[in-house]
Amino acid sequence: MTLHAITVPKWGLAMEEGTLATWHVAEGASVAVGDQIADIETSKIANVVEAQVAGVLRRQCAADGDVKMVGALIAVVADAGESDADVDAFVAEYEARFASEDRQIDAAPKSETVDVAGRTIRFLHVPGGDAVPVVLIHGFGGDHLNWMFNQAALAEGRSVYALDLPGHGGSSKDVGPASLGFLADTVAAWLDTQNLAAVHVVGHSMGAGVALALAAAHPVRVRSLTALCGVGFGGALNPDYVNGFVAAQKRKDLKPVAELLFANADLATREMLDDLIAYKRIDGVEAALRQLIDNALSADAVTAVSALRTGLTMPVLAIYGAADQVVRTPGADARPADALVIANAGHMPHLEAADTVNAAILRFIAAQD
Amino acid sequence: MSQKSMRQALNEALQHEMRRDSRVIILGEDVAGGAGCDGIEDAYGGVLGVTKGLVGEFGRARVIDTPISESAIMGATAGAALAGLRPVADLMFVDFLGVCFDQIFNQAAKFRYMFGGKAVTPMVVRAMIGGGFRAGGQHSQTLHPMFTMVPGLKVVMPSNPYDAKGLLIQAIRDDDPVIFLEHKAMYDMMGEVPDESYTIPFGEARITRDGKDVTVVALSLMVERSNQAADLLKKEGISVEVIDPRTTSPLDLDSILESVEKTGKLVVVDESPPRCSLAADIAAQVAEHGFHDLTAPIVTVTCTHTPVPFSPVLEDLYMPSVERIAAAIRKVAKL
Repeated sequence: MTLHAITVPKWGLAMEEGTLATWHVAEGASVAVGDQIADIETSKIANVVEAQVAGVLRRQCAADGDVKMVGALIAVVADAGESDADVDAFVAEYEARFASEDRQIDAAPKSETVDVAGRTIRFLHVPGGDAVPVVLIHGFGGDHLNWMFNQAALAEGRSVYALDLPGHGGSSKDVGPASLGFLADTVAAWLDTQNLAAVHVVGHSMGAGVALALAAAHPVRVRSLTALCGVGFGGALNPDYVNGFVAAQKRKDLKPVAELLFANADLATREMLDDLIAYKRIDGVEAALRQLIDNALSADAVTAVSALRTGLTMPVLAIYGAADQVVRTPGADARPADALVIANAGHMPHLEAADTVNAAILRFIAAQD
Repeated sequence: MSQKSMRQALNEALQHEMRRDSRVIILGEDVAGGAGCDGIEDAYGGVLGVTKGLVGEFGRARVIDTPISESAIMGATAGAALAGLRPVADLMFVDFLGVCFDQIFNQAAKFRYMFGGKAVTPMVVRAMIGGGFRAGGQHSQTLHPMFTMVPGLKVVMPSNPYDAKGLLIQAIRDDDPVIFLEHKAMYDMMGEVPDESYTIPFGEARITRDGKDVTVVALSLMVERSNQAADLLKKEGISVEVIDPRTTSPLDLDSILESVEKTGKLVVVDESPPRCSLAADIAAQVAEHGFHDLTAPIVTVTCTHTPVPFSPVLEDLYMPSVERIAAAIRKVAKL
């Protein structure tokens, strides 16, 4: 079989369809493994489809602007030697089969809420098996949906939980003393409510600082620690980002700030900006974010949490985006020797290079079981 | 965050603000229900159920059933606002505006200005607008242009449950009289609405479809119809940008001009008779301030210059339909 179907991938738990935004490869052009084939947009984010096989892009089965279901055929890659008739037959056969399949788009799991010491904490649980579960902790201004490309992918043989920190998402907006220690205590108390005695913790940005504080306080419970672009992992925080994020009252003001998150600024879509503005307009959010900047993200707090790294007893994986403009990736001498630095990724490698990040975390965690 | 109807979203906005601020009161016909009769306490919650449950939580001192007298409702509302409360009045059908013109236009809208800024008038007037309900000529109008032309009033027209909640909270917290117009065909419209309180500033348009060929401006129920027209035309290769100004006063003209700068073409959809409509107003402002960006004549899609027909067949023809909006866009797209 030398004909290969390229289909609309399922990015994130809730994705049902995607819009073909831009073709990067013309019909008849050669592609190598990893080449960018096309940009596909969802209501949440734009992302790129990469070639999984080498060959010639023989057929584009979607035009710019076409909306296609997850799994629908968008292109055929084949050897140059395949006849057009065979390509046509392949397309017809695939599309007939796709049309006849009774596709049950898996209902997206629903987030839950639980009371943790008088605060509501929202979280999403994706069940996957009995191995030690994973807990995902988002960063400043984020929520559990930041992990939409990772949570299901990481649920191989284990449950994966993603929670909203106080002040974020669907959790209470009261952030108490707004310190990393307080946030870590809240996560620990939330682990109690879910009877999670042992977990692998993955934190992003400020969430990595929270994970670090949590790991230092609960060295037995936290089996491993993965830090993505982590606060406390050597990088300098860009104050223009956090201050700009809080100050922006309109989409236009937020756009240049949100673009700092990505290596590819186009990923800051209008829908993403609308979602962020909607979050920022909830009563109490602006005050909570300002408190976090002054406390959890203060220079003293970052220095203090960095110092905890030397005392950790569990395995640690540090992942950085080479083009991170928010927590600037430290030089080789200031980061762990076995750190993974992802090229062409900014501050959100778990969105921008989801496959690479997922594979690295799966490999790392599997080695600890 | 969960799926809520526009009715629930509005109810939550009222409930949250009444909990947050004891000065917030509600008054209107049947907003509590039963007009004080035993046995049917909280029977209605307003004619469409928006205020249901509020009298139970806040009592009759803050959820006040009034006699059938719009002029009394508006007079009491304006007076209560002047005296330090933050009243939310239910005018029910906007068509009844006629009997309380003076209280709104001459009194509430003028206090801040005529008292030299020493008085504020933090009141909200909720009213139902719109056709399609087979309710006849006296219960189906969209009179937003009348309010919009009066300085001193702010005019809000939400097009979805999320906006409805945030804009109503903003309206209650605003220190000026706000006319809040709810389309009666939208109370059961569903959408994602956060459980918490949040606000949406007035004078900020929302782009509901991104496009590059034609700009469409629409309000209230017409936003959904314009979105459908845009989705239809996308398949024909016409890329339509849909802008929902959300408030007609203040109006986010900048966002409209910015879009027209990109597309060069403007269609304004307004459920309103054509003369002196928002469509006419927006068309005139874009002609004045964005003339050199236009590459085609501005087109308006409005109702006809007749009373709203009672005949269902005629009423459907009277209101801008998805087909009529799409046809107008197609026409300018080709120019």
